[in-house]
Amino acid sequence: MKVDQLSIFLENRAGRLAEVTRLLSEAKVNIRALSLADTSDFGILRLIVSDFDKAREVLKQNGFTVGRTSVVAVEVDDTPGGLHRILEMLRDSKVNVEYMYAFVQQSGSNAIIIFRFDRTDQAIEILHQNKIPIVPGEKLYNL
Amino acid sequence: MILDVDLETLPREDLEALQLRRLKALVARVYENVPFYRKSFDEKGLKPEDIQTLADVKLLPFTTKQDLRDHYPFGMFAVSRENIVRIHSSSGTTGKATVVGYTRRDIRNWGRLMGRCLAAAGLTSQDLLHNAYGYGLFTGGLGAHYGAEELGATVIPVSGGGTRRQAMLLRDFGATAICCTPSYCLHLAEVAQEMGIDFKSLPLRVGVFGAEPWSDSMRKEMESKLGIMALDIYGLSEIMGPGVAIECAKAQNGLHIMEDHFLVEIIDPQTGENLPAGEIGELVITTLTKEAIPLLRYRTRDLTSLNPAPCRCGRTFARMKRVQGRSDDMLIIRGVNVFPQQIESIILETEGLSPHYQLIVTRENNLDNLEVQVEVDESLFSDAIKNLQRLESKVQKNIKEFLGVTARVKLVEPRSIQRSEGKAKRIVDMRNQQA
Repeated sequence: MKVDQLSIFLENRAGRLAEVTRLLSEAKVNIRALSLADTSDFGILRLIVSDFDKAREVLKQNGFTVGRTSVVAVEVDDTPGGLHRILEMLRDSKVNVEYMYAFVQQSGSNAIIIFRFDRTDQAIEILHQNKIPIVPGEKLYNL
Repeated sequence: MILDVDLETLPREDLEALQLRRLKALVARVYENVPFYRKSFDEKGLKPEDIQTLADVKLLPFTTKQDLRDHYPFGMFAVSRENIVRIHSSSGTTGKATVVGYTRRDIRNWGRLMGRCLAAAGLTSQDLLHNAYGYGLFTGGLGAHYGAEELGATVIPVSGGGTRRQAMLLRDFGATAICCTPSYCLHLAEVAQEMGIDFKSLPLRVGVFGAEPWSDSMRKEMESKLGIMALDIYGLSEIMGPGVAIECAKAQNGLHIMEDHFLVEIIDPQTGENLPAGEIGELVITTLTKEAIPLLRYRTRDLTSLNPAPCRCGRTFARMKRVQGRSDDMLIIRGVNVFPQQIESIILETEGLSPHYQLIVTRENNLDNLEVQVEVDESLFSDAIKNLQRLESKVQKNIKEFLGVTARVKLVEPRSIQRSEGKAKRIVDMRNQQA
């Protein structure tokens, strides 16, 4: 049910981001979704890629600090209020959203949002109970 | 004006006779009362009676900052605690701070010596002194304070911080003299300028600056920019505090050392051999009159040279050149002594940080800035930005709390800090390039 997201520590220096994309392109890894969070000193690049292990290996070999984080890809009704309904059900059960970003591809006619929860298993449980579709990792990487 | 004319103009041979009498009494006293010295004398087979001439000072063991740290807090004291009326300390984590004590007589002597220094700088009882050295455990504030009171000058105990208010006080109280670090004075002048207060129009006449190294060209810049005479004062808390040596207003060419209280030598920092007058080496000081924590041949780590030639101010006390540098790693950040090892221990004690760090020191708007760069490593890397930021601010907070300096803490990528074969290059001090 969960999705492996690759997190990469980036100093706020020219060329660091381009270095990441160069390495991934040479390794023929496809980036499916990304989000870049920043502070004044550094950023964390979060990626959903077509081949997690390959991406991690090539980045580590080239001196990058990488981590694996479990996130959830949730199908959201692509109409006004779609996202709001989901956030409401999570709020009511006190699950916290740490961050989120959108996935480029749609699933059928639904949008896909990547969520990082503070309590991932509980969040998945709640979404199941409410019959909200979740896209598992294996399917997502090559959608 | 010379405060203690008879002493400050003593002919050299009388001065040396006085120093020898005091040295002999000192050696006997520490042998009797300080276990550390007794032990090192016994180990060398040395007896107090062996010190017969001033040249025999070379037979005495050196004392280092580490010796003081090893006997933290009161292990080097030569008197019982009831006789100690004051404690001062330099910054540092527990076990690393240097603690010193003073008897009533020590405090009186200190005040007198500092008074001499201010008098040499041209101050009199008519002056109004703005004292911006920090009051508290640091020796700067109280040291300058007692010296000014000794002279009968009017002291304003401003201490550090609150720069805008300080500028206002300079304008409103009309101080004629100021004490602080040279970089702070420049900063104060800038802030004052922004407030519409022109230093040149103030009654401020002279500044007695210390606690950090500053060049002759910095002095010339300050004098022309601020319209005051800028003089260098030297001291260190292990020896006493400010007041060990002062640049006289008359000649502005070297700092007169209070030689009736301090016996000085210059040594080669690598070999420990004594160097002749004029050669640059490490300043070593023996405290001839201190009661609470007398020190033999204390290695200051400050690099300078001695000039025994008579000065046109009339003083016969030898002069030392402005401190040229350090023979160790110590940094001075806005007047505060910082050892990279202290930052290192804070980093190592903070869970999740790699031991690879570097200190970058710059000067912006006349103020020193310290940036501590620490490499991220896998175990520390958290996907949540707030965790990384928390780590940065934890280190920053600990540095502030234990060392008294505000440092910027920056996480950097692994292997971005240069590795080296031997000793790691922990410090990048860009201030040298900025003259």
